[in-house]
Amino acid sequence: MSTSSFGEPAVQELEHQLDPDTTGTQRRESQPRRKVKRKTWQTIIWFVVLIALTALVLYPLVWLFFATFKPNAEFGQNTGLIPENPTGENYLKVLEGIAGVPMWKFYWNSLVLATAAVVGTVVSSALAAYAFARIQFKGLAVLFAAMIGTLLLPFHVVIIPQYLLFNNLGMIDTFWPLILPKFLATEAFFVFLLVQFMRQMPRDMDEAARIDGAGHVRIFWAIIVPLIKPALITCAIFSFIWAWNDFLGPLLYLTSPENYPLPIALRLYNDQTSSSDYGATVTASFVALIPILVFFVVFQRFLVDGVATQGLKG
Amino acid sequence: MTTTSTRALVTGRRLPKGRLMPRRRREAPAQRPGQRRRQIRESLAGYGFLSPWLIGFFGLTIVPMIYSLYLSFTRYNIFQPPRWVGFDNYVRLFTNDPQFMQSAQITLVYVLVGTPVMLAAALATALLLNYRDKGAGFFRSAFYAPSLIAASVSVAIVWRALFSTDGPVDNTLSFFGIDLGGWVGNPDLVLPAMIILAVWQFGATMVIFLAGLKQIPKELYEAAEMDGANAIQRFRAVTMPMLSPVIFFNLLLGIIGAFQVFASAYIISNGSGGPAGMTNFITLYLYKRGFSDGQMGYAAAIAWVLLVVVAIIAFILFRTQRSWVHYSGDNR
Repeated sequence: MSTSSFGEPAVQELEHQLDPDTTGTQRRESQPRRKVKRKTWQTIIWFVVLIALTALVLYPLVWLFFATFKPNAEFGQNTGLIPENPTGENYLKVLEGIAGVPMWKFYWNSLVLATAAVVGTVVSSALAAYAFARIQFKGLAVLFAAMIGTLLLPFHVVIIPQYLLFNNLGMIDTFWPLILPKFLATEAFFVFLLVQFMRQMPRDMDEAARIDGAGHVRIFWAIIVPLIKPALITCAIFSFIWAWNDFLGPLLYLTSPENYPLPIALRLYNDQTSSSDYGATVTASFVALIPILVFFVVFQRFLVDGVATQGLKG
Repeated sequence: MTTTSTRALVTGRRLPKGRLMPRRRREAPAQRPGQRRRQIRESLAGYGFLSPWLIGFFGLTIVPMIYSLYLSFTRYNIFQPPRWVGFDNYVRLFTNDPQFMQSAQITLVYVLVGTPVMLAAALATALLLNYRDKGAGFFRSAFYAPSLIAASVSVAIVWRALFSTDGPVDNTLSFFGIDLGGWVGNPDLVLPAMIILAVWQFGATMVIFLAGLKQIPKELYEAAEMDGANAIQRFRAVTMPMLSPVIFFNLLLGIIGAFQVFASAYIISNGSGGPAGMTNFITLYLYKRGFSDGQMGYAAAIAWVLLVVVAIIAFILFRTQRSWVHYSGDNR
């Protein structure tokens, strides 16, 4: 994240070089000079405004990054960006963990939960989406409308019965209440996204396959799944990030610290040490964000395009 | 004169002039022998593929919804069986629970201020980015980053630090001679800090707006320009109507999402909903009643009030969309 704020001038420079409009060399002959000049000015203002806005939007993240190097004594005195006496001490403290549980354990728990969420969501959502988009059956319209309806349903209406259900099944303080629903396509967003994507696929290929005697399982696996790979990847990335960030679910279902994923572990820092050990709290927050930031840098094309084409929220 | 047949009376339909009997339904084409079996096979396949979703839909959504409706009419603390109390919980919510009234009020303020401001920021930035393609990709990604993590605990902790007494925000404002003190501990300012957090995640909405803007045919702008429309007129006559389905979509999802804010309120207030109950959003209040105080029935009633409010707002939005949402023919 930190590099992006430093990289802006470089990007601007690059854009200027790449863009013939701003240098004004190409249009000079065909258009009056004044118009070119006006265009150049507009572009410069455009860049300046957007760079200022970027700085404002990314400031909290950049601040977080630098704050991880501040010694405890500096919090409260130096609220600026750059630490006066940078130290790596916070990271050492965070590595030790909290409440007798080492940091890697929280990480591992988060990783297990997020990975299970990805597998469950992608498999179950793709199956449901195939049925909605590609099979004609009785009750299709009603069920599809119901699925869309769950998009608008506040999740909190079902948390109490769901809690009671998993309590009766003896699953409190296990990962099951957090994993099982993912395998049942409860996140309507992903089903909806995949339905939209599958509907765009031309029907010729699967009709040809049907004439050749292929059944739905075969068509799904051999034709549709390879074709919708980009959408599946988008689903996978988003379900990973959502599971990684999830707070309410683990807060309800997990009771012993060795089962905590990162967000709940962060709560421990926040509750117990907010006054005394600010450095560790902030650093743990940053450490918890690293996978998401890496995901973002690596997959940002997929993420942004996925949102743009399907209207998925972050 | 129109004649009304018995059948039309039953169905309430009037026949066209000069027709005494309703037109006989055209006979269904004779079914080929294998067709019915194929239909059954298709249905089986459909329900087979749908089975995980169906189990989840009934087991984790429909049945729990019905059960929570039932619970909302009971007193229930997990340890003793639910005891039916009729409308007691609802009556208490609206007549004898100042905490709930405050909670509903701040949640509404958060939704009704935060969502429109966030949409406006998203739309303004999208228009700005749409001005030029080159270089826009970088900014698009930069603005999008916060919306991935805005709901995370990490960001709530950062927010607490940024808006605390002598925090960066406080210090910057002091530099300009505005002395507000810390926001997080101040009942008057903690809600604005939460709204700023909501606005900060405008990126996802902006990307959707930008995609919508890119789909508006250039000819419309050219035609408007030819008619002598200036930038503001073009925005009102072309951009707004063409973008209205996207605005509707973002508004609906933004409002529903804002009603459900939880993690940031929990972290910023250490789970208390403070200061002075000003971060006690409806979901946090529900959590505290149900899971801290063990009043499951009461919490279920809160959940149903939330559901009804969200449903009413969605209904109003859908009803009014005819007057302001413009769907062109080629839209899906």
